[in-house]
Amino acid sequence: MGMVVNLATPAGLFWGMLPEIVLTGWALALMLVAGWRHGGEEDQRFAGQLALAALVSTLFALWWLWAKDARPDGIALMIALDGFRYASSTIFLLGAIMTVMLSLGYVRRERIHTPEYYLLILFATIGMMVMSAAADLIVLFLGLEIMSICVYVLTGINRRSVFGAEAALKYFLLGAFASGFLIYGIALIYGATGTTNLTLIAVSITNLGLQSNGMLMAGIGLLIIGFAFKVGAVPFHMWTPDVYEGAPTPITAFMAAAVKAAAFAALMRIMVHSLGESIGTWQNAVWWLAVVTMLGGNLMALAQRRLKRMLAYSSIAHAGYLLTAVVSGTETGAAAYLFYAFAYTLVTLGAFGVLAVVGRNGERDVRIDDLAGLAAKRPWLAFAMAVFMLSLLGFPGTAGFMAKWYVLMSAIEADQWKLGIILVLASVVSAGYYLPVVMEMYMNQPITEEAHQESVAVGAGRWVIGATAALLLLIGFFPGRLMDVSRSSSDDLKPSAAFTLNAPTGPDAGMASR
Amino acid sequence: MSGFLASIGYGQWVLEAIMIVPLLGALIVMMGPSAQAKKIALGVALVEFVLSLGLWWAFDQGTALMQFEVYHEWIPAWGIAYHLGIDGISLFMVLLTTFMMPLTILGSWNYIKEREGPFYALMLVLTTGMLGVFVALDMFLFYVFWEIMLIPMYFIIGVWGGARRIYATIKFFVFTFFGSLLMLVAILVMYYVVGRETGEYSFSYRHLLNNTQYLGQWAFWLFGAFFLAFAIKVPMFPFHTWLPDAHVEAPTPGSVILAGILLKMGAYGFLRFAVPFFPHVALDPTVATIVVTLAVVGIIYGALVALVQPDFKKLIAYSSVSHLGFVMLGIWALTLQSIQGAIVIMINHGISTGALFFMAGMMYERRHTREIADFGGIARVVPAFAAVLTLVALSSIGLPGTNGFVGEFLVLIGSFSQYPVATAIATTGVIFAAMYILLALQRILFGKLDNPANKKMQDLSIRELFVLGPLVVCIVWIGLYPAPILRRVEVSAQALVTQVRGQLPVQAKAIPEEQQPLGKFGDDK
Repeated sequence: MGMVVNLATPAGLFWGMLPEIVLTGWALALMLVAGWRHGGEEDQRFAGQLALAALVSTLFALWWLWAKDARPDGIALMIALDGFRYASSTIFLLGAIMTVMLSLGYVRRERIHTPEYYLLILFATIGMMVMSAAADLIVLFLGLEIMSICVYVLTGINRRSVFGAEAALKYFLLGAFASGFLIYGIALIYGATGTTNLTLIAVSITNLGLQSNGMLMAGIGLLIIGFAFKVGAVPFHMWTPDVYEGAPTPITAFMAAAVKAAAFAALMRIMVHSLGESIGTWQNAVWWLAVVTMLGGNLMALAQRRLKRMLAYSSIAHAGYLLTAVVSGTETGAAAYLFYAFAYTLVTLGAFGVLAVVGRNGERDVRIDDLAGLAAKRPWLAFAMAVFMLSLLGFPGTAGFMAKWYVLMSAIEADQWKLGIILVLASVVSAGYYLPVVMEMYMNQPITEEAHQESVAVGAGRWVIGATAALLLLIGFFPGRLMDVSRSSSDDLKPSAAFTLNAPTGPDAGMASR
Repeated sequence: MSGFLASIGYGQWVLEAIMIVPLLGALIVMMGPSAQAKKIALGVALVEFVLSLGLWWAFDQGTALMQFEVYHEWIPAWGIAYHLGIDGISLFMVLLTTFMMPLTILGSWNYIKEREGPFYALMLVLTTGMLGVFVALDMFLFYVFWEIMLIPMYFIIGVWGGARRIYATIKFFVFTFFGSLLMLVAILVMYYVVGRETGEYSFSYRHLLNNTQYLGQWAFWLFGAFFLAFAIKVPMFPFHTWLPDAHVEAPTPGSVILAGILLKMGAYGFLRFAVPFFPHVALDPTVATIVVTLAVVGIIYGALVALVQPDFKKLIAYSSVSHLGFVMLGIWALTLQSIQGAIVIMINHGISTGALFFMAGMMYERRHTREIADFGGIARVVPAFAAVLTLVALSSIGLPGTNGFVGEFLVLIGSFSQYPVATAIATTGVIFAAMYILLALQRILFGKLDNPANKKMQDLSIRELFVLGPLVVCIVWIGLYPAPILRRVEVSAQALVTQVRGQLPVQAKAIPEEQQPLGKFGDDK
C-alpha cells in the first residue's frame, strides 16, 4: 500500500486529481496565450510547443502519483485512485503527445492557423483522464462530454474543408444522440440501484438481488448502446468512416486511438467493477456486439480503395477486438484492454502519421494503389508502414500480435472459445486489406518517376513514425514488462470483498455515506 | 570428432549459435554494399552449415530425450520460455535446412539481379525462422516461428517472383495464416485446460505432452485445428491449391526453399505435435481412415496432374503433393519403419526436389521459358546438365540405388501391416511417378533437337556444378548407405511409436519430465 489519500478533504482531492489539475492549469494558460497571439505560423508553433510541454508535465505528475501508489482512504466516491486509472491515463497522454507532434508539421502544411487546435486537444485529454478516473457515473458523464465536445470542434477545425464541416456536423448530431442514450441509461441504473457510485452499484445489485431487474437491464442496455456509439461498434458505426475521413489526419489518429481508448476505459471499469458479478445480464449483448463489429468492420474494410477510409473501417474492427476483451468481464480482460490500447495507440498514430506524409494533395484521396513503389523511393517510410500494417494484422514479432494474443487469452480464460475462433477468422479477413498495402509498397513499381518525391517525413512527425515502429517491434519481442504493468494495473479493478460485504445498502446508501 | 566437440562445449552453445548467426549475417548484409551481399550471405550460410554439422557427431543416438537444450525465460508470467532442443526427428530437419541454404544462395547468384541486399538478408532471416520451427520446445515460441517465417517467404515470392506473383503470395499467405490462427486458438485452449487441471500454466511442450489425458472431449476439436494448420502446410490434398501457384510464381531460390524445407514443416508438425498430443484422435479408426485416404488420394492425384503439366516447374510442384502423400501415409501407419521412412522421404524430397527446381531455374535462365515443349533433344547440347537431370529425376522416382528408393520402400513396408489396401494403391503412385518424370525427361532431353534456340544452350557452369554437386553426392550416398541416418532417427521414432501406441489403452508417461523452471499464471482464478 502506498500513499493513502483521503478524498473527503480538499487537500486529498487536490493530490488525487493532481494530473488533471496540472493539465487544466496549462490549458487555461494556453487559452490566454492563444487570445494574445493568434497571428500566423509562428504563434501556431509556439502554441504547439506549449501544448507539448503541458502534456509532458502532466505525464510526470501522473507518474509521480503512480510511483507513490496513491490509494483512496476507504471507498472511492467520485475519483478512483488505482493502477487502471494511471495506466489508461498514460495511454491517453502518450496518444495526445504524439498527436501534437504529428500536428506541428501538419497544421503548417494545411495552413490551419488556429491555436485553439492545441487547446482543444488539451481539454479533450482532460476529459479522457476524468473518464478513466471516474468512480461515479456522473463524473464519467462529465468527462465524456468534455472530451466529446472538444473532439466535435476539432473534427471541423479546418474551415476550408467541406468534408471537415460535414464530418463535424454528423459527429456532433450522432454524438449528442449517443449521449442521450448514455444519460438515460445512467438514470435508469440510478433508479434501480439508488446510486450512481460504481462500487455501490455492485453492492446494491448483490444485496438487493437485482440481477434480473427490468429497469437495471434496460439501463445497462442503454449504457452499452451509448458506449457502442462512442467506440464506433457495428451497428452504431455509421458516423465513423465519414468523420474519420473528413477530420484532419492527426485528429483522426487521435480519435481512433485516444478517444476510443478512453471510452473503452470507462466501459471496462463499469463492466468489470460494477457489473462484473452480474455478468449474465449483459454478456450476451456485448458478445453479439463484438461479433458483428469484428465481422462487419473487417468485411467493410475489405471493400475500401482509399487508405484513410480503410483505416477508419479497420478501427471499427479493432473496436470489435477490444469488445472481446470486455466480454470476458474479468480483470484479465481489463489487462488485455490496457495492453491492446497501448499497442493500438502506437500503431494508429504511426499509420496515420505515414498517411499524413504521403498525402501531400489531401490525404482523403490517397488510394492504396498510390503507395505503389514506395519502398524503392522511401525505404524507411515503407518499412515503418509495413510494420504498422503487420501489427494491425496481429502478426508475430509486432506488438499487435501480443495484444491480440492477450485478448484471445482473456476470452479463452473466460471459456469464450467460440468468440476466440470468430476473432481469429476475422483476423484472416483483415489480411485481405492490410497486406495489399504492403504489396503495393514493395511489389509494384511507382506509377511515375516523380512519385513519392515529396513524401518526406520531417520534424516531430518523423520521430513519431520512427519511435512507434521501433516500439512496436520491441514490444513484439519483449512484451514482458508492458504485460506486467498491464496486469498489476488491473488486478484490483473488481471491488474488494470487504466493500461488498460491509458497505451500506439500500436506496439512500450512496447519499448517506457522502 | 565427438571428443573434440565435447572439449569445446559444443552442445551448450550450438543451438544458440545457429539461431543467432543468420540474424547477425542478415544485419551485415543489409549494412554492407549491395554488390557484396551475395558473397557475405554465402559466407554466413557456410559458417552456419559448418556450425551445425557438428550435430551429426555430437548427437547421442542412444536416447530419445531432447539434446542441446537451450532455456531462457521469455514471458514468465504466461509460462512462456525460449526453449529449444533437438531429438532424432528434428536433427535432420535442422541439417537439411543448413545444408540447403548455402546451395540456395549460390543458386540465386545470377537469378536475382535487383535489390540484392534485401533479398539475401531475407534469406538469412528465413533460415533462423525455419530452424526455429524445428527446434522450438515451447508452443508459443513454435507458433511465433511458424508465423514469422511467412514474412520473408511472402516477400521473396512477392518481390522477386513471376508475373502473377501478387495473386500467388496472397493465396499462399491467407491459406497458411488461416490454418495457423485456428491452431493458435487450440494452443490457448490446451494451455487453459491443462493449466486448470494441473495448476501449472505453461506453454512448455513437455508439460502439455505429459498431460494430454486431461484434454478429454476437447481433444477432437483441438486435433482438428492442428490438423488443418499442418495439412495446409504439407500440403495434403485437398488443401494443396496454393502450392502450384506459389511454386510457379516464386523465383528459383524461393521454390527450392518452399519445396525443400517449408513443406517439411507441416509433416514435422504432425510428427512432433498433432499425433503425440492427441493419440486417441489420431489413431481413431474414422480419423485414420480419412487421413490415410487423403494421403493416398494425394499420391495418385498429384502424380496424375503432374502427368499433364506443360510447365516443368508446375510438374515438379504437383509431384511434391504426391511425395508428401507418402510421408503422411508413413506418419499415420505409425510403425518404426514407416516413421523412419517418412523422415527419410522428407530429407530426400528436400534434396531431389530442390535439385529439380534448381535445374528448372537453370533452364529458365538459359531459355526464359519453362514449357517442356520448348525443349527437346538438348542432351546433345548440354551433356552434363542432362546427366545430372537424369540422375535427379531417377531419384525422384525412387530408383533403387538412389535416396528416393530408401524412403518410399521403408514407408511402404512399414505401412503395409497397418493399411494393406491403401499401401497397395499408394504403390501404384510410384508407377505414375515414373510415367510423368520419364515422359518429361524424354521430351526435354531426348528426341529431335528441332528448336534452333536450344542449339546454343550453355552447359553447367562451375558455379552450377557446385550447387548440384553436393545434392548429387547426397542422392547417391543416402541411396547406397542410409544406415547412419536411420540409426540417428531410430530411437526417437521408436519412442514416438511407443508413446502414441502405448497411450491407447492406458495413459503412460513415455517421455520423462525433466526439471524445468516453469512460470505460474499468477492471477488466474
